[in-house]
Amino acid sequence: MPYETDYTNQGFTKVGTRVNRPDGVDKVTGRAKYGADANAAGQLVGRVLRSPHAHALITKIDTSKAEKLPGVKAVLTGKDFPDLTGGNRGLMDILENCMARGRALYDGHAVAAVAAIDADTANKALKLIKVTYKQLPHVTDVDEAIKPGAPIIHDWVRTAGVTPAPTTASNVAQRSEFGHGDVDAGFAQADVIIEKSFKTEQTHQGYIEPHACLATLGPDGSGELWVTTQGHFTFRNVCASLLGLEVAKLKVTSSEIGGGFGGKTHVWTEPVALQLSRKANRPVKLVMSRDEVFRATGPTSSTSVDVKIGAKRNGKITAATAELRYQSGAFPGMWAMFGAMTSFACYDLKNVKSVGFDVLVNRPKVAAYRAPSAPMAAFAVESVVDMLAAELGMDAVDFRIKNAAKKGTKASYGPVYGPIGIGPTLDAVKNHPHMKRKLGKNQGRGVACGFWFNFGGQTCTDLNIGVDGSVNLTVGTVDVGGSRASLALIAAEELGIDYEQVRVTIGDTNSLGHNDTTEGSRGTFSSGMATIFAARNAVDVLKQRAAATWDIPVEQVIWEAGEARAKGRQNNNLPPLSLKEIAAKSPRTGGPIAGHNEVVADGAGVSFASHMCDVEVDPETGATKILRYTVVQDAGKAIHPDYVEGQFQGGAAQGIGWALNEEYIYGDDGRLQNAGFLDYRIPVCSDLPFIDTQILEIPNPNHPYGVRGVGETSIVPPLAAIGNAVSNAVGVRMTHVPMSPPRILNAIETAKE
Amino acid sequence: MEVQLAGILSQAAGGARCVECTGATIGELLQSLVLRYPEMQMHLDEGVAVAVNGEIYRDRRDQPIPINADVFLLPRIQGG
Amino acid sequence: MNGVTVSAKVNGDAVQYVCPADESLLDVLRNRLNLTGVKEGCGTGDCGACSITLDGRLVCSCLVLGAEAEGREIGTVEGLSEGGKLHPLQEEFIEKAALQCGICTPGFLVAAKSLLERNPNPTEEEIRYALAGNLCRCTGYDKIVRAVQSAAKIMRRGKKVAR
Ligand code: FES
Ligand code: FES
Repeated sequence: MPYETDYTNQGFTKVGTRVNRPDGVDKVTGRAKYGADANAAGQLVGRVLRSPHAHALITKIDTSKAEKLPGVKAVLTGKDFPDLTGGNRGLMDILENCMARGRALYDGHAVAAVAAIDADTANKALKLIKVTYKQLPHVTDVDEAIKPGAPIIHDWVRTAGVTPAPTTASNVAQRSEFGHGDVDAGFAQADVIIEKSFKTEQTHQGYIEPHACLATLGPDGSGELWVTTQGHFTFRNVCASLLGLEVAKLKVTSSEIGGGFGGKTHVWTEPVALQLSRKANRPVKLVMSRDEVFRATGPTSSTSVDVKIGAKRNGKITAATAELRYQSGAFPGMWAMFGAMTSFACYDLKNVKSVGFDVLVNRPKVAAYRAPSAPMAAFAVESVVDMLAAELGMDAVDFRIKNAAKKGTKASYGPVYGPIGIGPTLDAVKNHPHMKRKLGKNQGRGVACGFWFNFGGQTCTDLNIGVDGSVNLTVGTVDVGGSRASLALIAAEELGIDYEQVRVTIGDTNSLGHNDTTEGSRGTFSSGMATIFAARNAVDVLKQRAAATWDIPVEQVIWEAGEARAKGRQNNNLPPLSLKEIAAKSPRTGGPIAGHNEVVADGAGVSFASHMCDVEVDPETGATKILRYTVVQDAGKAIHPDYVEGQFQGGAAQGIGWALNEEYIYGDDGRLQNAGFLDYRIPVCSDLPFIDTQILEIPNPNHPYGVRGVGETSIVPPLAAIGNAVSNAVGVRMTHVPMSPPRILNAIETAKE
Repeated sequence: MEVQLAGILSQAAGGARCVECTGATIGELLQSLVLRYPEMQMHLDEGVAVAVNGEIYRDRRDQPIPINADVFLLPRIQGG
Repeated sequence: MNGVTVSAKVNGDAVQYVCPADESLLDVLRNRLNLTGVKEGCGTGDCGACSITLDGRLVCSCLVLGAEAEGREIGTVEGLSEGGKLHPLQEEFIEKAALQCGICTPGFLVAAKSLLERNPNPTEEEIRYALAGNLCRCTGYDKIVRAVQSAAKIMRRGKKVAR
């Protein structure tokens, strides 16, 4: 099948090579400093007291005994956080999530905090705080929370997105609808219609590094925050708004980050640590325990989704609908909306409608998790797509190819696509040797597609050339998985110098303009774009210096292969000047040479992936083994293929965990029962095979190098790919993720009856 | 020009999925939208994205909108 | 504070510290000896980020008391490289891009070194089971296993040359 590639490949010399990352040595020797690795003279230990109840009124908090304990320097409750949000509901939700205000909304909700001279004293102080609770009825299941008579989480919530606007409180915070065409007419044309309901359980991003920060805030309102975060500029702005500080007076430095996947895009205890520091007038180090990480940060939504798709005998889909119910925890979210937007994005559909319902429950505030909300929608849709193909007697891949979106397709969420990669990924799957592997007894194969938007955002980058010709590149996006190497490659490419000559630093909030959070797969995309422009800026200066040295007009100077060259026959006697030579003379030719760029990097380019996997299910135990797994994804242009593959493999592994094991288990009492890595089991080394990858490069026309974001899409297809594989292996359609052994056995049993 | 409103944004326009608007840039478009539908301001404050001929813009108010462009107003997307 | 005075060796050097009787060796290493290369991911023995060797045996330092280290030999990631030279495992982790965020890396390196000391020529399966106590959330383990395989090869070759 021919595809649009109206954006031709460029020749690169640095970009696309597999160089060693600049922070590698620091990270293999233990020298790299993460969130919990910084210390300050006189620092205190911060600790947070958390609600053991799913939903309760806090009638009284007595902190007097704790305050009197020797070594305790500050105690805080909700009262210590005056409302400075100016009626901004979103900010208020963040504040209330950081510290309860009269009501505990989930098991793990912070109700008080202390700062003391050591951990021992801080822990003792927590025990001395007496909180009087009046328990309220709670609800933790997304479908239960919608039912009439369910306990209402917030009496001020009216369902947005319905006309006329409702007048009574509801746990449905928002209804959002997307689509086009006439689905009823579409279904009327269908020869076959499949309709099915699915559930997915709540999972955690599971970064290995717990949240940690070192906060210093003086009585004069100026302070510093060292923190593990995906967005230090955003953290600065949010903390400043919540605590009434001037943005410029709070310096936030992002530490090395031990994984985030979206979970470190939101503030949790950082405002609390700053406030403790202000009260005690000493630095406060606050590190979460793993139990706290599970109970009070992260997770993604648990969901319940109904999908209906109809098709003609010839394999063309005529209509598709989805209703998606996502819980957002105890505060309103937009997660079902993202689910509704992404659900049918892979397909070219005339008649499509998806409706999302964002639902409140007594669980932690849901945070973004890698392509947030897309994996659950894909699980439901891609399962039904497989069922439909089977019903039509068509190959599941051919069926997808026949209906795949392409350039010019009106996306189910609205706009029309430019050049996209869903078709090519499916073709690659079809022709992949993986598909020819013979399946044995109890084995099954599954294929699924996935989509994610990606985005760019505000970016600011500085490039400074030293007198020896080495280059310092300062960026404001956090390096979550090797982006420093990629950005150094880009700078080296533009300047025409060696990769080793470039040193990349993540600037703190005082050294650069605002940079949006490193989310939406934007790190290499947007900082890469700003780096290109900053480098071109610097090249302009280099050319001017060369022109001045030669005493010729700058128009006669070109930049090639890392040196200034004088054009034209009259300049034949002028030998080229290398970057090093120009830099060495810079103190006398006009001072330091630098390039700078600030940009809103739009046009990140949507991204598609197709995954295939083979599984074997033990019919006695219900245990599933992944035999082979292959990821095919469009990267636009892979700047550093190792780290692109790494993103593909990491996303797939997280998806595998989600599909087979990982889930939040709540008891009837509304308490989380498995807040630890022993009972919340993420995949370990022996659970997985090597994960094959194939990088496709369908250049993004909006990026000078054709780059697309790559970080997130890889987590979208696995739930469905494995769901399809397991269903094929056991001969029963799996509709509930994770497909843990008991669930698989149950499905087999039920089918027998 | 016609602007299509996705998801909850249509509620701010009294339930209309598609409204008539003017503006040579994204900024002008949003301005004229708020003039007609004051409730839209809340969504603009929370952040929206504008798709012009399939290209999604988040914070570029000076982005020109060609004549007869396919314009879509979307809620802003968050990532991981 | 009821302190215990402890004398031990860390990465070959003699150290002395005082710690409460119930303080973990992990906290001692990080907070008293400033060896923050040893990471804490859970504090309950489930993630392996705090892996060290105690008299050559691989343990989770969060499950050992500081007081228990009396008279013993502790090995951490900080002791892996010799002088200015990185250990082959360290080299190969960088070379094979076996780390993304890197928080799990110190634990993996210590665990892998301990494996290769016991078994210089492990199969893929043996590597996967030996490292099953170390969690990595970023990489899907693919490049980690390859880095260990390749370091093992280099180390075997090195031994032959030495002989
Ligand atoms: S911190 Fe010791 S095993 Fe996790
Ligand atoms: S590299 Fe991030 S946890 Fe392993």
